[in-house]
Amino acid sequence: MINKTVKDATEAVADIPSGAMLMMGGFGLSGIPENCISALLKRDINNLTIVSNNAGVDDFGIGLLLKKHMVKKMISSYVGENAEFERQLLQGELEVELIPQGTLAERVRAGGAGIPAFFTPAGVGTEVAEGKETREFDGKVYLMERWLKADFSIIKAWKGDTAGNLIFKGTARNFNPIMAPAGKICIAEVEELVEAGGLDPNEIHCPGIYVQRIFQGKDYEKRIEQRTVSN
Amino acid sequence: MLTKNQIAQRIAKEVKNGQYINLGIGIPTLVANYIPDHLEVVLQSENGLLGIGPFPKEEDIDPDLINAGKQTITMVKGSVLFNSAESFAMIRGGHVHLTILGAMEVSEKGDIANWKIPGKMVKGMGGAMDLVASAENIIVAMQHCSRDGQSKLLAECSLPITGIKCVKKIVTDLAVLEVDPELGFVLKERAPGVSVEEIKAKTAGKLTVEGEVPEMVFE
Repeated sequence: MINKTVKDATEAVADIPSGAMLMMGGFGLSGIPENCISALLKRDINNLTIVSNNAGVDDFGIGLLLKKHMVKKMISSYVGENAEFERQLLQGELEVELIPQGTLAERVRAGGAGIPAFFTPAGVGTEVAEGKETREFDGKVYLMERWLKADFSIIKAWKGDTAGNLIFKGTARNFNPIMAPAGKICIAEVEELVEAGGLDPNEIHCPGIYVQRIFQGKDYEKRIEQRTVSN
Repeated sequence: MLTKNQIAQRIAKEVKNGQYINLGIGIPTLVANYIPDHLEVVLQSENGLLGIGPFPKEEDIDPDLINAGKQTITMVKGSVLFNSAESFAMIRGGHVHLTILGAMEVSEKGDIANWKIPGKMVKGMGGAMDLVASAENIIVAMQHCSRDGQSKLLAECSLPITGIKCVKKIVTDLAVLEVDPELGFVLKERAPGVSVEEIKAKTAGKLTVEGEVPEMVFE
């Protein structure tokens, strides 16, 4: 079995250049690649384009990369929890492309699956549709949307094996498995790395063919945005 | 006038047995508290879960288990987890029967605006555009007027819209209204103590009142 293991986050992100197009998994702060974000912060690179559903918060997640002005453009669906993001955007320091969440997910999926374009009803009649081809199918109007691909997709899983096979936990799965095939190089950080053969093939969510680098992460903070409890 | 919880309580009456339902952030999330126990429904969270349960006890909090509002949650028995592309395949594919969401404005044609205030607020649409473009039945939960007293039920939305001709029903603090392509907002019920005249005065779009309009009843 091909061994995809690298030593740590530092090694995994060492060759990401300025101007790279990155995808990062996660929904809110759940399932984000914490170790790779920390390692990227230590690199002297900028002008990154990042595809990620959200943009972190001011002092965690992608918010840290924004604060260091490493990001030129964000492609996201919801960025509401980040004041620094909003400031940079309104000041014109940051480009942003806001995309309906399902369209974002399907563009990523299409990028990894070799489907250059598809039609969706989301955004018809809104500013999202501006400049895009529309077509009517069976009496309903749809928008054409293009695939999304990245130089690197950076994802986080619960368990992984040295062959790059991945298992996710809870709603931390979100965009992670669909981003893996959409990156020329997929970097996966996992909470628990086992030898190939240590995972049940029936239980694997993301096949290792999509993953080029894998390492065991450490010190996961897993910060919670909205701690809600019942009495 | 209804409280936010009463708006949620009224909307819960629209829920039918066997439905898969997506609840938006804010008042719609509260609807879950009022769905009668005898109804078997499944709540979808678009970040990848069918089967949202109650908020966890402090000791059961799991950072890897949140809803679309990023709140910590639990799963009910029979739940299933999936990725974001699968989640929106469920939504676009019409498998989710009922969508309940908040709005800043609704037009008399059923257009909805809820994602952007130009120059002021840039939060993004999240999954709202996919939901309103796809769901069979869309109910809006909102205040009838904005904080400065402006009607949110308009002839045309003034804010950037989220979706066109999609809202079927609106429950506000003052009324229950249906949206009809010809009749505009059709007044179906009044909040207790609220007159038809007040609703007329606070509805900027076309309002149709047919016969006696009953007051809502709360058990």
